[in-house]
Amino acid sequence: MKKKWAILTAIFTITTMLTGCESFLVLDPKGPQAQTQAKDIILSIWIMSFIVIIVFGILAYMLIKYRASKQMPDYRPPHIEGSILVEAICVGIPVIIVVFLSIVSVQSNYKVESAPAIYKDKEPLIIYASTSNWKWHFSYPEENIETVNYLYIPVERPIEFKLYSYGPITSFWIPQLGGQKYAMADMVNTLHLAADVPGEFMGRNANFNGKGFAENTFNVTAMSQEEFDEWVNEVKDSAEPLTEQKFDKLLEHGHVGQSTYTGTHLTFLPPPEGENGGHQHGASQSDDSDNHSSEEHSSSEDSNSAHNSH
Amino acid sequence: MDIFERFAVPHPSPAIYVSMVAIGLTVIAIIAGLTYFKKWGYLWREWLSTVDHKRIGIMYLISALLMLFRGGADAIMMRAQLAIPENKMLDAQHYNEIFTTHGTVMIIFMAMPFIMAFMNYIVPLQIGARDVAFPRLNALSFWLFFMGAMLLNISFVIGGSPDAGWTSYFPLANNEFSESVGTNYYMFALQISGMGTLMTGINMITTILKMRAPGMTLMKMPMFTWSSLVANIIIVFAFPVLTVALIMGTMDRLFATNFFTSTNGGMDMLWANFFWVWGHPEVYILVLPAFGIYSEIISTFSGRNLYGYKSMVGSMVIISLLSFLVWTHHFFTMGQGALTNSIFSITTMAIAVPTGVKIFNWLFTLWKGKIIITTPMLYSLLFIPIFTIGGVTGVMLGMSAADYQYHNTMFLVAHFHMVIIPGVVFAMLAGFHYYWPKMFGFILNEKIGKWTAWIISMSTLLAFMPMFFSGLDGQARRMYTYSESTGYGIWNMLSFIGAIGLAIGFILIVYNVYYSTRYASRDISSDPWDARSLEWATPSPVPEYNFAIVPNVKSVDVLWEAKYNNHILFPGKYENIHMPNNSGIPFILGCIFFAWGFSFVFGMWIPAISTTIGIFVCMGHRSLEKDHGHYISVKEIEETETKLRGA
Ligand code: HEM
Ligand SMILES: [Cu+2]
Ligand SMILES: [Cu+2]
Repeated sequence: MKKKWAILTAIFTITTMLTGCESFLVLDPKGPQAQTQAKDIILSIWIMSFIVIIVFGILAYMLIKYRASKQMPDYRPPHIEGSILVEAICVGIPVIIVVFLSIVSVQSNYKVESAPAIYKDKEPLIIYASTSNWKWHFSYPEENIETVNYLYIPVERPIEFKLYSYGPITSFWIPQLGGQKYAMADMVNTLHLAADVPGEFMGRNANFNGKGFAENTFNVTAMSQEEFDEWVNEVKDSAEPLTEQKFDKLLEHGHVGQSTYTGTHLTFLPPPEGENGGHQHGASQSDDSDNHSSEEHSSSEDSNSAHNSH
Repeated sequence: MDIFERFAVPHPSPAIYVSMVAIGLTVIAIIAGLTYFKKWGYLWREWLSTVDHKRIGIMYLISALLMLFRGGADAIMMRAQLAIPENKMLDAQHYNEIFTTHGTVMIIFMAMPFIMAFMNYIVPLQIGARDVAFPRLNALSFWLFFMGAMLLNISFVIGGSPDAGWTSYFPLANNEFSESVGTNYYMFALQISGMGTLMTGINMITTILKMRAPGMTLMKMPMFTWSSLVANIIIVFAFPVLTVALIMGTMDRLFATNFFTSTNGGMDMLWANFFWVWGHPEVYILVLPAFGIYSEIISTFSGRNLYGYKSMVGSMVIISLLSFLVWTHHFFTMGQGALTNSIFSITTMAIAVPTGVKIFNWLFTLWKGKIIITTPMLYSLLFIPIFTIGGVTGVMLGMSAADYQYHNTMFLVAHFHMVIIPGVVFAMLAGFHYYWPKMFGFILNEKIGKWTAWIISMSTLLAFMPMFFSGLDGQARRMYTYSESTGYGIWNMLSFIGAIGLAIGFILIVYNVYYSTRYASRDISSDPWDARSLEWATPSPVPEYNFAIVPNVKSVDVLWEAKYNNHILFPGKYENIHMPNNSGIPFILGCIFFAWGFSFVFGMWIPAISTTIGIFVCMGHRSLEKDHGHYISVKEIEETETKLRGA
């Protein structure tokens, strides 16, 4: 019995140690937002391991000490109601831990919900990221270009993603740059990310959206600002323009490879309007108090009409 | 011809054809067997038309075990598909149907009936009652649950299974993106069984509040009864939300309304909100009764009263309140802003405190006890460390900024299985072994039982621990395949081995039932575990009327007091006992509801209307019916008691 508990404890310690090494995508952050999240994760793993070890310890102690086989046959366990002191400790320590984690969590919430502090002085790059079954469309309105299923971004500059979807709810996720957020048909969500270093990262839709879900991925390449500018110019010189017909064709269900266009679909098929499109989920982001008005709904209707015609 | 096309499965595969044949043969075998052995009358009298809470409990138990194997088969297929990268065993569509039915079956049709089985069987016995408050309603609840389960289960041979996930998020679940009738099945199966659950909720609350034996004040109720009371109160508040959501979803699918569309003023996120306003409390509906069972077992086998009874009750009440205040943590990433996320992050983590109180109380119940490790106790002890790992990862998920990284990944899948399997499944297996002698008069083999407990718990760790790592490495849930280069292969292979271990464990349970039925000694007392509460004061098997004389309760551990402190449990003498009559109507009404759901699933309006009328006819019949039950005479009671107690 004792041995078995020892093994259990060992398994858990090894696992925690393993998690400590930085081989997992989420724990190998390449941007400030992912860093905040990785730090929270590691911190909570340590604190939680402490709790687990305490519970395992008490359990092992009780089982070793109070087994019937170790006691006199005529031993009669006493009646114990409980004790204020013990219960105060059992409530007090968890309360302290939860309060501490709450403070950390709230601070991190505000961090990941705003532009990364270290790049505050830089102009954010705005990219519209939308999904249709089962692809990703990235529009760069300022550069006036659009890509499908791949993303180039400059390093050390805040990126502001505007997320929405042509169809089911999807979730935009680049684990090494930061956690995900939903892209929905009737609203635009904002996600702030940034990359510290150049590199190639995995990006995907993390929210189940039907048959093609597993392959609903994209590649992210982070590069210096100069290289990025070069790429933009190259696209402008060589890529075909994105026409309405071409975009409609892209919206049809199915998988396509990567492609690049000049112009964006934002011009002829604008995203659902407003900061949060048609809806507002009690957020602190928008001060538009009447955003469930029917105009806004009808505007999101327009933006989806192309999709519904398929 | 049209009719065949309509009922045809849209994505047939050899596995489905094999199942069709297997289902057909099983049905024929059952019908032939019943006819050959002339058991139709027995089946009808003793089971289909019964209103006895104990028999209903046993029917729930059998259904739950069947569904455990159904959902388990799905689980094995999923794990097998993911065991190696780029596996071609299942295609995307099949994988989607399988994880959807796995999730739905496990939560709604396995875990729910499991707790219902124990609530039905144990609660009236624990409070010294002769039945539940509304016995016939109770039978109806069971048949509604059962017919709902059957409706979902025929989906994969008739018309196609749901494939939008057990969460069935809109707009994915609307007609445009889920074309087959699968999601209609989901809506009606959940609706029908959900109505049954709501009725049970009302029934159980009434039973517990109104039918306790003299002397049993609220603070003298055994912990399982307390946990059932709290769980049923949650049911009564949570299930109507599901009902409404399902009605709206059904309207969207069948009558082209726009509640959850992303156009015409619909709100897809409204579904997510409704679903989880029900869904999160649902988790506690399952786990609180499980906690109740652990409390009974741990205190029995420690030979001691439960430590901190009052704080156990208090923590359950707090959990039940908090459970309604956290639903948004299921969509922290929906763009609700830092403030909302912060509030729900804090309420979520706060639940860890009362849960921790319970864990520590169980640990301190062992303190100064005299611990005997039987199979039920072994499950309860193994529950503590595994559930703790699952629980603390829940706190990690509750930190909303970090949840942006865990959300929709295998990390989440690992967390909730590590909570729900030890929390609910272990508890039910513990209860299964613990109450088996009360139900059937013999003890399941202890040696096989302990082996099984070890195999199941170690396999749980092996099956789900790796998912924490693949989740942190970016493996999203619900992916039917992944490429070699991701490196997820090793984790998924380990998981698969664990899943096989679990399957072996569950098969061993069946073997144990078979083995013990043949070989176990029938010569056991009515109280083989030296237990503490009232249900063990009844003879085994428990007579129809439960208690010949209404017991007199003076503490939580009345039976213990009666055995060791000379408390007189049954004062007074036999009197005629009034019992309800059997009735076929709940079963018939259940069948009509099945046909009703089936008609709506396929939009067949004439049968839909006639079954709707049928439902009202049955209800009308009941309102006009005069049925005053029957009396069991003193003489009959005396005979039964001498026979059972061997006096
Ligand atoms: C017998 C061992 C089990 C194994 C091997 C297993 C395995 C799995 C797997 C592989 C998934 C799918 C993950 C994904 O791709 O999203 C899953 C999902 C799920 N499981 Fe299990 N499971 C088991 C038992 C259970 C039990 C006992 C319950 C509940 C009481 C349960 C409830 C669920 C739910 C609710 C889902 C989510 C389905 C969805 O994503 O829609 N599972 N399980
Ligand atoms: Cu919205
Ligand atoms: Cu929840």
